[in-house]
Amino acid sequence: MKHTLQQVFRSSKFVTGFCIFAAILMVVIFYPLFVPNPPLEIIAQGSFFPPGTYVSTYDTVFSSKAYTLNLTDAATKRIAAKLGDQERNDIKEYLMLVGVPEDQIDSTNTILLLDLWEKNYDPTKKISGMIFSKVRYFERLNKSLDGLLSEEGLILASPNIDTGTLEQVGIINLSDYVNIKEVASVRTLPLGTDNFGRDVLTQLVKATSVSLMIGLIAGLIATFIGLVLGLLSGYVGGMLDDIIMFITNLFTVIPSFVLLILISYSVGQEHRGAVMVAAVIGFTSWVWTTRAVRSQVISLRNRDHVNLSKLSGHSIGYIITHDILPYIASYVVMALILQISSAILAEASLSILGLGPKTSEVPTLGLMMNWAMIYQAQILGKWWAYFPVLLVIAMITFSMNLMNTGLDQVFNPALRD
Amino acid sequence: MTEKKSCLKGVGLTKVFGLGRNKNMAVDHVDFDFAEGEIVSIVGESGSGKTTLAKMLLGLINTTEGDIYFQGKKRDIRSHKAKKEYWTNIQAIFQDPFSSYNIFNKIDTLFLDCINMRGGKKLPYEKKVEMMTEACSFVNLKFAELTNKYPFELSGGQMQRLMIARIFLLQPKILLADEPTSMIDACSRATILDMLMKLRNDTGMTIIFITHDIGLAYFVSDKVFIMERGKFVESGTADEVILRPKEAYTKRLLNDVPKIHEEWDLSTVDIKVN
Repeated sequence: MKHTLQQVFRSSKFVTGFCIFAAILMVVIFYPLFVPNPPLEIIAQGSFFPPGTYVSTYDTVFSSKAYTLNLTDAATKRIAAKLGDQERNDIKEYLMLVGVPEDQIDSTNTILLLDLWEKNYDPTKKISGMIFSKVRYFERLNKSLDGLLSEEGLILASPNIDTGTLEQVGIINLSDYVNIKEVASVRTLPLGTDNFGRDVLTQLVKATSVSLMIGLIAGLIATFIGLVLGLLSGYVGGMLDDIIMFITNLFTVIPSFVLLILISYSVGQEHRGAVMVAAVIGFTSWVWTTRAVRSQVISLRNRDHVNLSKLSGHSIGYIITHDILPYIASYVVMALILQISSAILAEASLSILGLGPKTSEVPTLGLMMNWAMIYQAQILGKWWAYFPVLLVIAMITFSMNLMNTGLDQVFNPALRD
Repeated sequence: MTEKKSCLKGVGLTKVFGLGRNKNMAVDHVDFDFAEGEIVSIVGESGSGKTTLAKMLLGLINTTEGDIYFQGKKRDIRSHKAKKEYWTNIQAIFQDPFSSYNIFNKIDTLFLDCINMRGGKKLPYEKKVEMMTEACSFVNLKFAELTNKYPFELSGGQMQRLMIARIFLLQPKILLADEPTSMIDACSRATILDMLMKLRNDTGMTIIFITHDIGLAYFVSDKVFIMERGKFVESGTADEVILRPKEAYTKRLLNDVPKIHEEWDLSTVDIKVN
């Protein structure tokens, strides 16, 4: 036993797969301890906020301490943030459309360019051939360029309730800074928010743990049924074998995914919790474990050690558990790993079709994909809503298959490279 | 010579594998009567049905036709309890010592199973150790060295001796030795055979010795049965069959034994593959 474990952990494939899987597992276990936010809490108004650190504007203005930093590149950066290459080209394009000769426009000279823009931009002017969205774009661009070159600070004012007038409460200068650590409310969303305005990373971690649980339950159910039926049909043989193989063949010819869809549909949205979905997946995917276990048992049942055990007067139950099961245990573990990874994929496929666990209770990897798809994240280019999910699914199945291959090479020396 | 008591008797024993065109008569209406305390050899080439016959005698596979009588009574192995009862009387040693043991069980477990089977479950542990030590010393092994070890840590010859120690513990009436020496070297072979003879002399056990080696059969047995394609073609005492063979098949088997001092006559060897 110890020797086998040593061998298993010397297989580079198994170790790689195990490390990836353990890393995923660690994140799933420890992340909620450090970030205890509820995974399905809607925090954002609006959908698909990009990844990044969100700093409260209000808290920044009313930060307890303001610092004055005279940075030479501050103005350049401020201008560059609003007037990038794309904007400069758009301005040039507009100016040319309204009839400014090309040689007069220097898109690299900010002052001249803005000067020309101020002189020539007229929101009321109709330019033939310009689509409405472009018109609106130039309106927004014009607004954002307002006061770009201003050297003055902003005046803060708050309404006086008694008089109903605005009163100045402070001035924000261009050289005023706050330390981000002193801002009361800062929230980093490493993977932004999803369509409902929920933190994708927190949701993803929870979804991974739910999906792993679904995979484990489904894998255990499938492996257990497969193992019991395979052992009985392989060892007992005869009539029982015929009956079990008849049922197994029935399940083999009906594609299990179709069966899965039909059962999930007939169970109904209301009753489809994560455990229910796991059970449905488990009860439809035991077929090949049964066949594999049966063939292994058939090759074992005529071995001399089984005969010897019979001659020692052991019962069928004892022989199956002591003389057959230990010999196929490694095989069953490998089958379990494959069943878990295929159950995770099955859950994802079901959920994408909208037949996964009922929404609004727990996220699963498949549900996250489903939401991203319904709200067209892939068309809108909101990669953070679906790509991390894909990556996690791929990593889980990859690590499990790698572990399986590693185990296979240890237990089946003919496959060693 | 006084007539000995019958121990195991077979009447019209037949085993058929397959159906229709694939029908294969592995054992074809075989009759025999083994007396108590005899060493009987069943000799034949590979595929002649020796092992199938052995498995039928052991009750590991069902007979297609025919009856087996144990000590004059028709054997009953329909229930598990009856089988267990039958197996206290008949035991076996298999050909390949390397596959005869459950690699997950320690040697102690193997022996304790035997003691339990003989009804020694409630004996104090010291008594059990004493029995195991005795069994091991019978086959020139030391129980103290074997305890907490796994069978695969031993050599092939030692494993086969362990098998004999198991038989010694079980004390069955009949021992079926299915080519017990074909997988081990010549030196260990002599030791194993010696031990089998000693077992017979000490306990009066009937030993059914299955082999393809006719020389070996002559060396150990009282009676020899020659088996060809599921049938006994010649039987009798060892001297009769081997020194004065009547059947061509027996003569061929005899000629196939390699001899050191004369040139090997290959002219009678049937090269036809059937």
